Amino acid sequence: MPSQPTTRIEARFRDLRVQHAKGLIVYLTAGDPTLDATGDLLSALDRAGADVIELGVPFSDPLADGPVIQRASERALRAGATLRKILERFPAWRKAVRAPMILFSYYNPILQYGLEEFAVTAAQVGADGALVVDLSPEEAENYLRAMRAQNLDTVFLASPTSPDHRLERAAKLSTGFLYLISRTGVTGERSEITSSVRPLAERARRFTSLPLAVGFGISTAAQVREVQAHADAAVVGSAVVHAIEERYSQEGPAAIEQFVRGLKAGTGGKPV
Amino acid sequence: MPIDQSTMRSEPNTGPNARGRFGEFGGRYVPETLMHPVEELEQAYQLARTDPNFKAELDRLLKDFAGRPTPLFPAQRLTERLGGAQIYLKREDLLHTGAHKINNCLGQGLLAQRMGKTRLVAETGAGQHGVATASVAALLGLECVVYMGEEDMGRQAPNVFRMRLLGAQVVCVSSGTKTLKDAINEGMRDWVTNVHDTHYLMGSVLGPHPYPMMVRDFQRIIGQEARQQILASVGRLPDLLCACVGGGSNSIGLFYDFIPDTSVKMVGVEAGGRGPDLGEHAARFAGGKPGVLHGSYTYVLQTEDGLIASTHSVSAGLDYPAVGPEHAALFRRRRVEYTHVSDREALEAARLLSQVEGIIPALEPAHALAEVVKRAPGMPRDQMILVNLSGRGDKDLGIFQSAGIL
Repeated sequence: MPSQPTTRIEARFRDLRVQHAKGLIVYLTAGDPTLDATGDLLSALDRAGADVIELGVPFSDPLADGPVIQRASERALRAGATLRKILERFPAWRKAVRAPMILFSYYNPILQYGLEEFAVTAAQVGADGALVVDLSPEEAENYLRAMRAQNLDTVFLASPTSPDHRLERAAKLSTGFLYLISRTGVTGERSEITSSVRPLAERARRFTSLPLAVGFGISTAAQVREVQAHADAAVVGSAVVHAIEERYSQEGPAAIEQFVRGLKAGTGGKPV
Repeated sequence: MPIDQSTMRSEPNTGPNARGRFGEFGGRYVPETLMHPVEELEQAYQLARTDPNFKAELDRLLKDFAGRPTPLFPAQRLTERLGGAQIYLKREDLLHTGAHKINNCLGQGLLAQRMGKTRLVAETGAGQHGVATASVAALLGLECVVYMGEEDMGRQAPNVFRMRLLGAQVVCVSSGTKTLKDAINEGMRDWVTNVHDTHYLMGSVLGPHPYPMMVRDFQRIIGQEARQQILASVGRLPDLLCACVGGGSNSIGLFYDFIPDTSVKMVGVEAGGRGPDLGEHAARFAGGKPGVLHGSYTYVLQTEDGLIASTHSVSAGLDYPAVGPEHAALFRRRRVEYTHVSDREALEAARLLSQVEGIIPALEPAHALAEVVKRAPGMPRDQMILVNLSGRGDKDLGIFQSAGIL
C-alpha cells in the first residue's frame, strides 16, 4: 500500500517532539456567538499557540456535553450555524490559521450531509480530520472508508471505562492522535484531574505510538501541566468556551487569545 | 374441533442480529464511556433471560405486584356504537401504576439488582414510566432519579407528585424543547457520569442495543396473553391489532407475538398533533427520515441539516422525534402499517370510551382508539379489532378539562 502524505496534525506533533514540547488542543463551538466571530476567534487561538483546534459543530441534542458547551451550541444554532455553513466558511478560516483544525461533531449532521460528500468537502475546504463523539468504532466502517479516501485524520475516544479490547480498537482506527477521556461524565470544567488519567494513558501506550491527548475537565494551566506528565497534549474545551461566553462580547478576541496563552504556558512550549 | 393455533407458530424472529440491528435499523451510537457499560448490560441480560430463577422472580412480581394477567375486555357498547368490527381492549390500564410501563420496569429493575447497581435513572414524558420506575425502585430498595421536561412536569403534574411520594428525586429539565427528548439527554448525561453504580432504565424500545430488544422482551407478555385470551374466548385470531406508537413499547409488546400470524393486520398510531408541518406533530413515519438519535439508527423528525426537530402532541408520552428501530424495520418490511391521528381526534375518542364503556383512557392509547373509531365502521361485523389500552387517564384529567371536551 502506498504511504499517505503526512497530515498537518502528524507534522505538528512531530515538530513538538523535536522541540521536546507538549501540545495544547483547544475546542470552540463554530458559530458561537456568530460565524463571523468564529473567524476572529480561530485566528486568536492560532496566535496564542493552539497546536490543534477542534471546531465544534453545534447540535440540537449534545448529550455528551455539559452545560457550558450546551449553551454554546444553543447560541450557535440561534445564529444559524449548520455543518453546511461551517464548511462554506472554512476556506477563509483555513487561510488565516496555521494550526491543524478538526471538526468535532455528533454523528447525525454528518450522516445527513452524506458521509462521502462530507469527507470530500471537508478535504476540499482544508479541514484536517474529524472526531465524532457518538460514533463508536463498531459503527464507523462507512465513515472510515470515506475519510481514508480523502487522507483525513479520524480521532476516536478512549475512556476509563474502555477495557483493553476497546482501547486497542480505538487506537487502531485513530490517526493523528488518540483522545483519552480523563474521567466518566460529560464535558465541563473540574477543579481536580482524576487519578484515572495515568492508568488510562499507560494502558493506551501498550497499543499505540500515536500521540495521546487528554481531555474533559481540564481548565487551567496547572491542569494542562499535570496531565502532560502522562500524555502528549491536553485538550481544553469548556474553559475556553466559558471565556468566550463571558468576555468575547465586551473584550473581543484579544481576551480569549490572552486566556489561551496562559494555558499554553502550561505546556512549557511557546506559540509558534 | 378448532385447530389449536397456539401450537402452530414460529418465533417472530425479527432480530436484532448480533450487532443490534433490526434490518438496517438500530445499532449502538453512544459516547465511548457508555459503550462498555452497554456491552456489560447485554451480557448480563443474556444470562438473566435464560436463568429460570430470574424468570420465576419476574413472573411472581408481574402477578403479585403488578397485577398480571390483565383482562381482555369485549367493548360491546363501543362495538355497537361504531357498528362494524368487534372491539376488544387489552386492559394494561388496570396494571399497578396505571400503564404497561411496569412490565419493563420490573424486568430491568431485577436486572439492575443482579448487576449490583444501586441507583436507577430514567426519563419520563407522560410520567407513567417515571412512576413505574419509582415504584420498582422503592420495591427493590434502590435509589431513583427521574428526569422530566419542564413542559411535561406542568401538564402531567399528578405524576410528578406520585414519583416524589414514592421517594424518587424528580429533576426538571429546562434545556431544548423541555420534553421527553431532552429528559433522555439529561438522563444519559447522568448515566455517563455515574455509570459505576447506576443503571439507566430506558422506558421504551429506544436507545442503543440491547435496550430495544430487552424492553420488547419485557413487554411482549402483552401480546402473549392477548393471543391466548382471544383464542380461548373466541377460538380464532383477531383481524386487526391497533396500538399507539410513541417510542413504541406498548405497540411492539402487543404486536410481537402476532408477527408470524400473517392473517393478522397491525396498525401503529402516531401523534398527528396539530397538523402536518414539522414541529406540529410526532408522526415520524409521515414526516421523518432515517437518522441517529439517542443511540439508535431509526426514523427521526429532523431538519435538512440533521438537527433534531421539535415535536408537538397533546399526549406527552407520544411527543418524541424518534421511533424504536424495530418499528422502523416493520415499517420498511410493511408488516405493520403506521398512521397518525390528531390531538382533537384523540381527545374525542377518550371522551367516547369514557362515556360508552366507563373506562377513562390515557391520551396515548386514545390515539389508538381514534383510529379504531375511523376503521371499525367500515369492517364487517364478524371481524375483530384488538386494541392495546396501554394506560389509564387519571393523569390527563387536567388536559381533558382544559381542552373543553365536555
